[in-house]
Amino acid sequence: MTEKKGYALLYIPRPTSSVPSAAVIYSEKQASIDLKSYIRNVMSKEVENQKLGAELLKEIRKVNPTYKTSGADSLAKETLISEEILKNIKTNITLTSIQMGEEGKEEKSFTEVSMGVGMFAGILIYFFIFLFGAQVMRGVIEEKVSRIVEVIVSSVKPFQLMMGKIIGVALVGLTQFMLWVVLTLALVTVFQTVMPDKMHKAQATEAFNPAQRIPADASTAVIAEEEVESDGISKITEALGSINYGIMIGAFLFYFLGGYLLYGAMFAAIGAAVDNETDTQQFMMPVTIPLILSIVMAQFVINNPEGPIAFWFSMIPFTSPIIMMVRIPFGVPYWELALSMVLLTLTFIAAVWLAGRVYRTGILMYGKKVSWGEMWKWLFYKG
Amino acid sequence: MSYYFSAKNITKRYANHTALSSVSIDVPRQSIFGLLGPNGAGKTSLIRIINQITGPDEGEIWFDNEKLAPHHVEHIGYLPEERGLYKKMKVGEQALYLAQLKGVSKSDALKKLKYWFEKFEIQAWWNKKVEELSKGMQQKVQFIVTIIHEPSLLIFDEPFSGFDPINVNLLKEEILKLRENGATIIFSTHNMASVEELCDNIALINNSHKILEGSVKDIRNAYKANVFAIEYDGFSGPLKSVLPAEFDLIDQTVEDDVTRATIKLPKGTSQNELISRIIPHVSLHSFNEIIPAMNEIFIQTVNNAVNNSATSQNNHV
Repeated sequence: MTEKKGYALLYIPRPTSSVPSAAVIYSEKQASIDLKSYIRNVMSKEVENQKLGAELLKEIRKVNPTYKTSGADSLAKETLISEEILKNIKTNITLTSIQMGEEGKEEKSFTEVSMGVGMFAGILIYFFIFLFGAQVMRGVIEEKVSRIVEVIVSSVKPFQLMMGKIIGVALVGLTQFMLWVVLTLALVTVFQTVMPDKMHKAQATEAFNPAQRIPADASTAVIAEEEVESDGISKITEALGSINYGIMIGAFLFYFLGGYLLYGAMFAAIGAAVDNETDTQQFMMPVTIPLILSIVMAQFVINNPEGPIAFWFSMIPFTSPIIMMVRIPFGVPYWELALSMVLLTLTFIAAVWLAGRVYRTGILMYGKKVSWGEMWKWLFYKG
Repeated sequence: MSYYFSAKNITKRYANHTALSSVSIDVPRQSIFGLLGPNGAGKTSLIRIINQITGPDEGEIWFDNEKLAPHHVEHIGYLPEERGLYKKMKVGEQALYLAQLKGVSKSDALKKLKYWFEKFEIQAWWNKKVEELSKGMQQKVQFIVTIIHEPSLLIFDEPFSGFDPINVNLLKEEILKLRENGATIIFSTHNMASVEELCDNIALINNSHKILEGSVKDIRNAYKANVFAIEYDGFSGPLKSVLPAEFDLIDQTVEDDVTRATIKLPKGTSQNELISRIIPHVSLHSFNEIIPAMNEIFIQTVNNAVNNSATSQNNHV
């Protein structure tokens, strides 16, 4: 384990019956769903082949007990395969992936849960940026249309007003989000007290399977898991427990704020440039394209969180808030995370600064059809 | 002489036009200064620079013997031409908010707002939303929030637009009272009658240049054309017959035996000459010198400026 060669180690325990039905992947990073399904495919094909051979041998021996395996049974295959045999050979491989942490610590990993959590976080950020960004834009347009803006900017700097709007909407948004969380928790609590039986049952099942909680020996863990497979709740509980929530929540807050500030600033600039909401269309497109692109790309990234697409899109600041959130549950090297965060921070500082310049000129400009070229000129106007 | 507020050689350029070219104004303490000019002359640009909404490209601004700095916004009150308030917000809440933005403490602001709301008889609207108010009512609210922090420099851009005559009077009284109490006021309007009534000094800006400045009295005197209006009776003959030829009779009307006439005297001739000429023939009811209205001066000066620039442009070609 000291030499970092190879991607992952596949361990197939000596089968208790004739053929293996389970395997464990040890890897440094979370094994991707592609890899897992590939291994599953190869294994089940191989196992099914072996089983088929065994079944055929059984059938033939029924007829001819002295029959010995030889290569020439292709003719026999076609005539002897029955529906029953097909049913018998169907194999389901249980594949457990274990992530090798630092200092050789082993943790069970759950690719599907990582996918779920990553996608959920990504979509949440997508909606937040869209929702609150549009709210910033509407707020700016409202102030401009009602002409209150001239009164306000005679008291505060336009930049302060813009930042106040962006930060204010973010705080409202976070409050709203906290309310959702509290409400959801309240609902879950109510649900638990109203329907206590089901929950107790689940807890009981978990209690009867102590082996499942201590995956010290991989093979027993696998077997134990097979037994518990029917009990989804405990598996999900364990799976959710496997995620590093410290990094997850920290990164979520960072990418939410960073992404929101970046897009919020652009939305504020658009709001300042137009006279009413219908004029926003032409400016909205280029701003929303990277957002939509990242949510589309998230589906590729989730299947291959280590690939070049995943890497580059999690570095580009316009897509990184969503793509990086999708990647984090799979484990991302710290240097990549740091680089992506630095790039995002630099970009939103630049975006806020540029938006401030467009805003300052735009909010006092009425009745002018604004183009991109016009906005470009505003960047260079003196205070 | 030191002025309370001075703008020195202010130049402001936008991408494809110059809004102000080297405009200077000096506003004495506790006076009302009229900033006049046709639409698009650059008044709003200058006002925005004074309010530090935008900065000048060249020139500097002095406020109470200090260079204009961000902290001065608390001493400036600005009523923009395009009025605006948050439509969905309650009147009182909003007035409080805007007062606090100008650095007034909440309790202080409440006290002052109460006084002004009573004075303008809008206290019943405190908890109404702004959009429920009539336009005139909104204007009153806006006026109150402009002066609530007791600024020493007030800038009114078309303050009377949207008010009925009764409220215009109320507002005029308040503006004069503000000056009495020590405020210096910059006042931009197209209503020349109110300029004559209120302003001590004016500057006329046209096409980004200042083309006229001075005290209202001096300017009007300077534009006097030696024209006099008289009213008399007891003489039915033509007035021309008793006047020397170089006296120009501009106009003569008769109504109920009273004749009104307007006479332009040649330069250097005093009005006593005119009186001594007509006194033997008529019984004089009134005798007035016609002082040109600001309105005429405005139109005349701007037109001259336009013609001058047109000819100078032609000369260049």
